[in-house]
Amino acid sequence: MRFVTVSGPPAVGKTAVIIKTLEHIQGEGHKVGVVKFDCLATEDDVLYRKRGIPVRKGLAGALCPDHYFVSNVEECVQWGLATGLDMLVSESAGLCNRCSPHIRGVLAVCVIDNLSGTDAPRKIGPMLKAADVVVITKGDIVSQAEREVFAARVRMVNPQASILHVNGITGQGSYELGTLWSGTRETATVEGLKLRFSMPAALCSYCLGETRIGADYQLGNVRKMDLDLPTGAKTDGGPGGEP
Amino acid sequence: MSADLGGMTVETVLGRWPFAAQFLQEKGLANVLDRPDTALDVVVDPTVLQDMAAFIAEMEAFLGSGEEPVRELTIKGGRAKDGSPEPVAELTARAGEVLCIVGPTGSGKSRLLADIEWVARGDTPTGRHVLINGEVPDNRWRGGSGMHLVAQLSQNMNFVMDLSVRDFLSLHAESRQAPEPLEKIERIATWANELAGEPFAMDTPITSLSGGQSRALMIADIAVLSASPVVLIDEIENAGIDRRQALDILIQQEKIVLMATHDPILALMGDRRVVIGGGAMTKVIAPSAGERANLVELKALDARLMELRRRLRAGEVLDQI
Ligand SMILES: Nc1nc2c(ncn2[C@@H]2O[C@H](COP(=O)(O)OP(=O)(O)O)[C@@H](O)[C@H]2O)c(=O)[nH]1
Ligand SMILES: Nc1ncnc2c1ncn2[C@@H]1O[C@H](COP(=O)(O)OP(=O)(O)O)[C@@H](O)[C@H]1O
Ligand SMILES: [Mg+2]
Ligand SMILES: [Mg+2]
Repeated sequence: MRFVTVSGPPAVGKTAVIIKTLEHIQGEGHKVGVVKFDCLATEDDVLYRKRGIPVRKGLAGALCPDHYFVSNVEECVQWGLATGLDMLVSESAGLCNRCSPHIRGVLAVCVIDNLSGTDAPRKIGPMLKAADVVVITKGDIVSQAEREVFAARVRMVNPQASILHVNGITGQGSYELGTLWSGTRETATVEGLKLRFSMPAALCSYCLGETRIGADYQLGNVRKMDLDLPTGAKTDGGPGGEP
Repeated sequence: MSADLGGMTVETVLGRWPFAAQFLQEKGLANVLDRPDTALDVVVDPTVLQDMAAFIAEMEAFLGSGEEPVRELTIKGGRAKDGSPEPVAELTARAGEVLCIVGPTGSGKSRLLADIEWVARGDTPTGRHVLINGEVPDNRWRGGSGMHLVAQLSQNMNFVMDLSVRDFLSLHAESRQAPEPLEKIERIATWANELAGEPFAMDTPITSLSGGQSRALMIADIAVLSASPVVLIDEIENAGIDRRQALDILIQQEKIVLMATHDPILALMGDRRVVIGGGAMTKVIAPSAGERANLVELKALDARLMELRRRLRAGEVLDQI
């Protein structure tokens, strides 16, 4: 089975692009499926199912969504194999930009749109930087010049990637993206493979459900900003003022 | 390459690849620029150095593409949707030529344009092959170096960046590493103003240009600054710009212009019309002398309609036309 990880900020067109691309691959007689990762809620599974694409969804809920992804990805691959898929695609939403679900040895695709502003490629981080293929969507509604400037910014952040323009609505460019997906190698397991980027180091009281603010409640991996506060300013007072 | 790069001084690197400065700035390493005599590997860490080497290699490929201009594009016919051989077995479009693409919805117009954009090698549903200057081109045109064969212009496009005309054009020129950027920016503005007929100032925000001004600026910018040798136009609306002059600007810059249109005036302005049906190019029509002569009459009709529109807008009644 071929396995492709697709990531990108919310609403850039990941689902639209995956659907258009998988339609071509389905059309060639291959069985395709999707696992969708999100934080709190998603309706994407309905969209996939409507097109006859088997889908499983995972909601991270209170957990860090990227940690949730790595903890479940091997089981997803096994689900794909058990379902008899020829191609499995994972869709994960943008999450925190500090992370990326990309795995060494598995084709990594990052989707971003032309509307996200020229600084976006730099801000998006590992998700974009560590991708093999960068898909840029929504080129139909901005000028050619803006497309070129945006693509140049992407190239600056990730010079090695193939950059493809795909229209999530008409599907223009999706056939071509599909040839890259079909050309990737077979994956039988991701066990033992490594993430391209380490996940953020974080285990603090807030990870464990703390909601109160103040130094007294902050345990574990906590780091303070350097704000140059004047001496005497309250920096460690904990909960102050009226109860 | 990253190994030798690390040993070079900052000054040497910038002398050889001026665009490396932009890379360092993007990485938040602008301070490196102030230390020309230092070896690069002293001031830049190994992962950044590696990216920089890759960036330089890609930029060289990207800029090097200017060496051999795309003079012609050949489409070798494949098969129609029903599997039969494509009636037009070969079509060559030359720089400076305008081809119109006509055919009903679902006939395969978008597929043809996508085949060109992907520089098909028998690996698309149509089985077509696309050659550049008579040869099978390398992978570069498939997004590998961020190179794209086709620039696009459609009615749905709007500017979205929050910049003035001048800053916007400078940004585009900079991202293209264009030589003589100031001259190019001036030229784009001059042409855009001629096309639109209603002049705009260089400090106008691009998002507040009128429809005609935006379209005019997009066309002039594609002509002068776009890296892509082929321009795909999806109908240019009639309002607000001189369409003949728009095509002339693109032709003059040696673009290959492909225009999907069902507007008779635009269709007759093309050098040839490619008729699409059933997923195939079914024939290529060169407008006859008769057709060309009709263009004059069509333009007169068009001018009359425009005048009526103007009168409506001015609140007049159209009992006399
Ligand atoms: N104009 C335009 N809209 C697009 C394009 N791709 C996706 N969209 C729209 O963008 C919205 C978000 O797309 P979706 O696939 O749900 O994004 P996701 O959250 O990244 O999965 C939808 O309304 C899509 O129809 C595109 O190329 N052009
Ligand atoms: N020669 C062909 N063989 C197989 N499928 C084709 C061929 N030409 C076009 N198609 C498919 O037919 C559909 C309609 O074509 P499209 O290019 O979108 O038409 P148009 O743009 O003219 O409305 C698309 O799914 C396209 O991939
Ligand atoms: Mg989605
Ligand atoms: Mg179409």
